Amino acid sequence: MTTEIINPIAKFIAEKILKQPNKVITADESLISSGLIDSFSLMDLALFIEDTFGVRVEDTELNAETFDNLNQLAALISSRK
Amino acid sequence: MTTLPNLLQHSYQEVPEKTSIILQHAGQADKSLTYRDLIHGANRFALTYAREGIKPGEVVILIQQHGEDLVYAFWGAILHGAIPSIMPFLTEKLAPEKYRADLASLISITKPTAIVTYPEFEAEVRSALTEGDSVKHVILTSTIEAETEPYFEDLQGFKSSPEDIVVLQHSSGTTGLQKGVALSHRAVLNQLNAYSQTLHIDPASDVIVSWLPLYHDMGFIACFLMPVLLRIPLVNMSPFDWVRAPYKLHQAVSQYKGTLTWLPNFAYNFCAHKIRERNLEGVDLSSWRAIINCSEPVHVESHELFHEKFSAYGLKKSALQTCYAMAENVFAVTQSPLDGTPAVDEIDRESFMTQRLATPPVAGQPSMKMTSSGKPLPNTKVRVVDADFNDVSDRTVGEIAVQSDCMLTEYFNRPDATESAIKNGWYLTGDYGYIADGELYVSGRKKDLIIVGGKNVYPQDLESLASEVNGVHKGRTVAFGMYDEEEGTEEVVIIAEADSADPSEQEAIADAIRKHVTKSSAIALRHVRVVDDKWIIKTSSGKTARSANKEKFLHELGKI
Repeated sequence: MTTEIINPIAKFIAEKILKQPNKVITADESLISSGLIDSFSLMDLALFIEDTFGVRVEDTELNAETFDNLNQLAALISSRK
Repeated sequence: MTTLPNLLQHSYQEVPEKTSIILQHAGQADKSLTYRDLIHGANRFALTYAREGIKPGEVVILIQQHGEDLVYAFWGAILHGAIPSIMPFLTEKLAPEKYRADLASLISITKPTAIVTYPEFEAEVRSALTEGDSVKHVILTSTIEAETEPYFEDLQGFKSSPEDIVVLQHSSGTTGLQKGVALSHRAVLNQLNAYSQTLHIDPASDVIVSWLPLYHDMGFIACFLMPVLLRIPLVNMSPFDWVRAPYKLHQAVSQYKGTLTWLPNFAYNFCAHKIRERNLEGVDLSSWRAIINCSEPVHVESHELFHEKFSAYGLKKSALQTCYAMAENVFAVTQSPLDGTPAVDEIDRESFMTQRLATPPVAGQPSMKMTSSGKPLPNTKVRVVDADFNDVSDRTVGEIAVQSDCMLTEYFNRPDATESAIKNGWYLTGDYGYIADGELYVSGRKKDLIIVGGKNVYPQDLESLASEVNGVHKGRTVAFGMYDEEEGTEEVVIIAEADSADPSEQEAIADAIRKHVTKSSAIALRHVRVVDDKWIIKTSSGKTARSANKEKFLHELGKI
């Protein structure tokens, strides 16, 4: 179940945000505190999640305290589905 | 000629109940401050600075986030006659050790007496201090004096003369933090006088709406000093909130009937691409009379995208305007006349590239569109000069030079930098441009500077960071900006030479450079290329030739 959520997000981040389609992003790699996803791309991620999983991530939740890796993000999405 | 404290006192006495600033915070109700609130809050800080023994003319660094405390700490320093300078707060991604190093570098040149910050950030600030440095006090926002009626005659700021330095402005990174632009009361007030005339400001009907940070001249002057001093209501949100929910700018304009906003070019693209219709329900943008594109190169395509997206909500095409500004002139140098739309000059690409001439397009040949930055302010003269400081003719590209009654006093404690920037009373901007029909077209940069999303970034800072990564040849790195049409701003590219020719090792080094530069600078680095020995072009004196390397890179990409 979790991989069904993680894989498309990892692919989206690598292709659309980082523009390095071959980059592998591990499930526990930090995304926000590392600067891998910069603040200008956080909204793209939120919109992708909404369109793909039908789950809203509010703007006030787009920070490392709410989620900082794919595992945490997948848990957040699952809890709202 | 008056001073900033006098203007505050007059507002306090004449319009105490008028709204000065409406502070917005995501997830909270808006907080409205009248002039009475503003001056009472500022007075608490002024009394605190006096208690700590800070003398007028000494520098106070403010390390605070968007909010009430920062506003009060700033105006309190003005009332006390101390010189405030706002330093960016630590961001989530920035490595604390790099932040500390930046702060230490600021302290070493600017020599502040005090730093204001939050109790929870005190340890961070103290760790940047060294034995024997200038900082005598770290003032915590939890130890501020209680609110009392202000006694203006006791406040030291009222002894200031118009020639005294009133504020310092820095840009980011090691290089930027070591060059504080020092501005006098006279310079600030002359700029506000000239700029408000140009904009036909009416404090009774104008409302400024801004998400810009206060540590940058555009946010600091146009969207903080100007509204507070000229009694124009200001709606202010945090850049961190805006970037996560850009529609909040539009909602605030609609709610408060906002009339004026300043934005860097990328923000037009960002809003046009990322705001969804559902966040604009009921939004009315018809009050917006000027949205001024400033602080990075202006692209007319960005205005078109923005207008296309928001015209359905009442946005007028005539609201999209341009400005050319710099901290060294306090802020604006030129402004497009608000009664029309900025002129667009279509020119022949070939003669621009090879002869530095802006000539009319030739049928069948590639052309390019330049957007005018408008005409000089009434108090400002602009020249375009060649390398020998002679004026060039209209439509010839040269360096832009500026002279006005609102220029910087100096780069603070940097007589060397002051001397090299000002020639015969003219400030040499380091920007290239040309004049046509009395309007200024800014076309490029002589100085080594990359502007990313409105933020100034110095390539030499990024190059030395990239050099620190294992496997990279020391001093064999180059950084430059490359315009990204989709984003409407420059993207940073770093090229680094490495020992290894193995592609997977090179990729690992590239990744390490991305991580290190991202953690240690204001930007998020994406484009890195690791190359073999001797790829990078150096000048005969051993300096890195950034433009030649950029050309080589673009050529290999097939872009030129």
